[in-house]
Amino acid sequence: MFDQLDLTTLLFGRLTWESFPYHDPIIVATFVVVAIGGLAMLALVTRYRLWGYLWNEWFTTIDHKKIGIMYMILGIIMLLRGFADAIMMRIQQAIAFDGSMGYLPPEHYDQIFTAHGVIMIFFVAMPMVTGLMNYVVPLQIGARDVAFPFLNNFSFWMTTSGAVLLMVSLFVGEFAKTGWLAYPPLSGILQSPGVGVDYYIWSLQIAGVGTLLSGINLLVTIVKMRAPGMTMMKMPVFTWTSLCTNVLIVAAFPVLTAVLGMLTLDRYLGTAFFTNDLGGNAMMYINLIWIWGHPEVYILILPLFGVFSEVVSTYSGKRLFGYASMVYATVVITVLSYLVWLHHFFTMGSGASVNSFFGITTMIISIPTGAKIFNWLFTMYRGRIQFEVPMLWTMGFIVTFVIGGMTGVLLAVPPADFVLHNSLFLVAHFHNVIIGGVLFGLFAGITYWFPKAFGYKLDPFWGKVSFWCWLVGFWLAFMPLYVLGLMGVTRRMSHFDDSSLQIWFQIAAFGAFLIAIGIAAFLFQFVVSYRRRESLRDTTGDPWNGRTLEWSTSSPPPAYNFAFTPQVHDIDAWWQMKQHGFQRPQAGFLPVHMPKNTGAGIILAGISTVLGFALIWHMWLLAGASFVALLAVTIGHTFNYKRDYYIPADEVARVESERTRMLAEHV
Amino acid sequence: MSLSNSLRGLLLLLPLALLAGCDMVVMSPSGDVALQQRDLIVWSTILMLLVIVPVIVLTFWFAWRYRAGNADATYEPDWDHSTVLELVIWSVPLLIIIALGAMTWVSTHQLDPYRPLERIDAQRPIPDGVEPLVIEVVAMDWKWLFLYPEQGIATINEVAAPVDRPIRFKITSSTMMNSFFIPALAGQIYAMAGMETKLHAVINKEGVYEGFSANYSGAGFSDMRFRFHGLSEHDFDAWVAKNREEGVPLDREHYLALEQPSHDEPVHRFASVEPDLYEAILNRCVQPGSLCMKDMMAIDMLRARNLCGIDDALRFLGKTSLDDIVGLRPAVSY
Repeated sequence: MFDQLDLTTLLFGRLTWESFPYHDPIIVATFVVVAIGGLAMLALVTRYRLWGYLWNEWFTTIDHKKIGIMYMILGIIMLLRGFADAIMMRIQQAIAFDGSMGYLPPEHYDQIFTAHGVIMIFFVAMPMVTGLMNYVVPLQIGARDVAFPFLNNFSFWMTTSGAVLLMVSLFVGEFAKTGWLAYPPLSGILQSPGVGVDYYIWSLQIAGVGTLLSGINLLVTIVKMRAPGMTMMKMPVFTWTSLCTNVLIVAAFPVLTAVLGMLTLDRYLGTAFFTNDLGGNAMMYINLIWIWGHPEVYILILPLFGVFSEVVSTYSGKRLFGYASMVYATVVITVLSYLVWLHHFFTMGSGASVNSFFGITTMIISIPTGAKIFNWLFTMYRGRIQFEVPMLWTMGFIVTFVIGGMTGVLLAVPPADFVLHNSLFLVAHFHNVIIGGVLFGLFAGITYWFPKAFGYKLDPFWGKVSFWCWLVGFWLAFMPLYVLGLMGVTRRMSHFDDSSLQIWFQIAAFGAFLIAIGIAAFLFQFVVSYRRRESLRDTTGDPWNGRTLEWSTSSPPPAYNFAFTPQVHDIDAWWQMKQHGFQRPQAGFLPVHMPKNTGAGIILAGISTVLGFALIWHMWLLAGASFVALLAVTIGHTFNYKRDYYIPADEVARVESERTRMLAEHV
Repeated sequence: MSLSNSLRGLLLLLPLALLAGCDMVVMSPSGDVALQQRDLIVWSTILMLLVIVPVIVLTFWFAWRYRAGNADATYEPDWDHSTVLELVIWSVPLLIIIALGAMTWVSTHQLDPYRPLERIDAQRPIPDGVEPLVIEVVAMDWKWLFLYPEQGIATINEVAAPVDRPIRFKITSSTMMNSFFIPALAGQIYAMAGMETKLHAVINKEGVYEGFSANYSGAGFSDMRFRFHGLSEHDFDAWVAKNREEGVPLDREHYLALEQPSHDEPVHRFASVEPDLYEAILNRCVQPGSLCMKDMMAIDMLRARNLCGIDDALRFLGKTSLDDIVGLRPAVSY
């Protein structure tokens, strides 16, 4: 490592002109498009003098609402990248038959499926779930912000930093060719000597800091900052599921950090944790990564279970059926999610008793999950159901998710798993639950809370177009994969011999194109809604006749959320307040104590990106310098004592009377 | 009306026609183990459909019945609890999982890939005196090596076994983690370097079946395929003889050359195999003079228990000095 220390290596490490994939036309074309788009964006921001606005109002903000929105934007941007990967794979598999190798050589195809998995889990699902919790939880519990507002900003930028590093791998060097969990020995230094796995490691480690800190933050927020009267058993269900998810994050993510840390030591310092030789054992990596990985899927789905609960009860105009049983079901799932990791590798040769144990614990999770689904159904029972777009997503979810749940339990039967493991049946299963559960839930949540965040509803027509394209597209794209799995087709293949399979891949590709239209309609919905915002305006702050506290504020809520901390008497606090003829206080406002913006988060994350890049390319000088800079800024930030300010009582009174006027105008 | 009806009929038939046209090997396998795994899939699915179908029906029914436009339907905005219903919605999934859990426990033990077979198929137990055919499998980058210790032959990317004779696969890997899978025969099991996994199976019908790696292992993975031949006793003997006639000897040197990564490898035949080659592969000491893993582990264990010093340990291995233990590949070259 240190025997050839010349200046070029010291400065640039492994980076040479050859590291840039300029010989690959697909990547060059992508780069040109991204570069033009990026430059146009920068030019527009400069042209309209938005830099100051963006810096002061968004990049340095510690307002949980704005950070939540930025998380959602990050997730949507990364969804486009992750989906581009998906459609490239679907096209490749639809044409690579009869001796044709398709248009992607294995070394490119292998990067694409790895990037697709990593992006969709870490940089689409995670930011969007975190964004939703960030926005909604403080409002639901009647708080003015999260417990650690600066940490929230820092967490967001660390997640973004990881995403940036991953995106850089597209144009500088390569990404991992290992599959999304980077199993050794394939991810070891002997088998993957390039920078791909290092990009994987460092983008996840940096983003992981953000995820863990935001988990701690929301956990403390929910435990310590609930409005008076809101006992644990009076918390809204979304807050309950967020609590459980953050417990899982805090308990599970350190395991990921540790296992990636050991892989890093293997790759950088020649240790032998997971190597074939010198006493290493890859099976330990696989166990550890799934001890994180299985709770991770519940981290993703639980908050969306909360979303569905809110949506079903709101649009059915009815209290949620079986609140207590919902809460217990969530807690049971949280605990059980730690006892099932081995079902991801029944085929590794554990004994029959071990395999049965983990198979049966997996099945047991389906009991509380089943109870939840019945609870949603009985919330609809004797309700007055309005089929607004979020309710459509929820109906689509129930019908789709139960199929995914069924194939999941099937895969939990070890002998059945022996023939279905790693097949396209498995791929169909987890897309079935992640798209049908997480993504449908996110779309339901976005549509449901959008008027709260922006002050106007989303255009329902384009919402419905998006819903139907996604629903039909999903079924067309993934049912063929179930069939292919039963035909014995395994995953991650870049080309096929048996031409009888081709028709199924073509149907799947068609489904993926429908999903593409669904995504386009989803984005177009924002444009149309923005242009029609006056007719879609929500002046009441409560457009859906909601039940929880976030609907008691204006849309969008003021910076301080609540002029007076609400007093809670019931599970559906806002519903109960409305029933009892709640009157908004009109006078007696006090100054509101608020945290102050800071640039420390984005600066620290920016330096982390540089540090990560330097470590990936073995630029030791830059790595050292950026590490010192990281420490210096961190220490410097601790001397920043101007962390808070007061919104004067006059200002609060002005905002509140403005709202009173608006409510009076639009009764 | 009739046109739209017939169109709808066609649309419904389309997937069925497609399904009829494809060969779902997992649902119609040719080996007894895979057949039992198929049955398990079918029965588990039926059991779960007992609750899945009502849920889907109820979803649509409630959605239609309690739509906002239907003023006839009862509306009870504050009804949120019913002990009887709660009992039902927790106990129905519970009962199904108890049944499925029992099935899982029994079948997982019965179909444990490490457990020697007790029957050839549902009707026939294994006759007395029939020993399983041992096949040693090595997953390499990116091809499959099969060794037949009983017959003394070896092949690459082709494997054969006589119909109705139990097979015992002993599986390892040269580097990457792969998964050894012949869907028509039995479920898969991982192939890992320095470790041995086992699989017991039997093929009940003559035929040529697809086999492959079911765990992604790098650039050549998609072509890491082989054919599995289920042959009559007579044809199997002929196949063995063919390997002996056409094949070359497989020694350590030849193996090390084969170990180099290659894509889309054709079938190779080997007439004889150097003794203990498989043991050496498994213990990562094919390279002449390298220390075998089992020996290293023996030394470590003796030393960890303070039973002996390094000199005794070396003597135990029949070596005189540490210099005799060469060929240990460090993980990284500095």
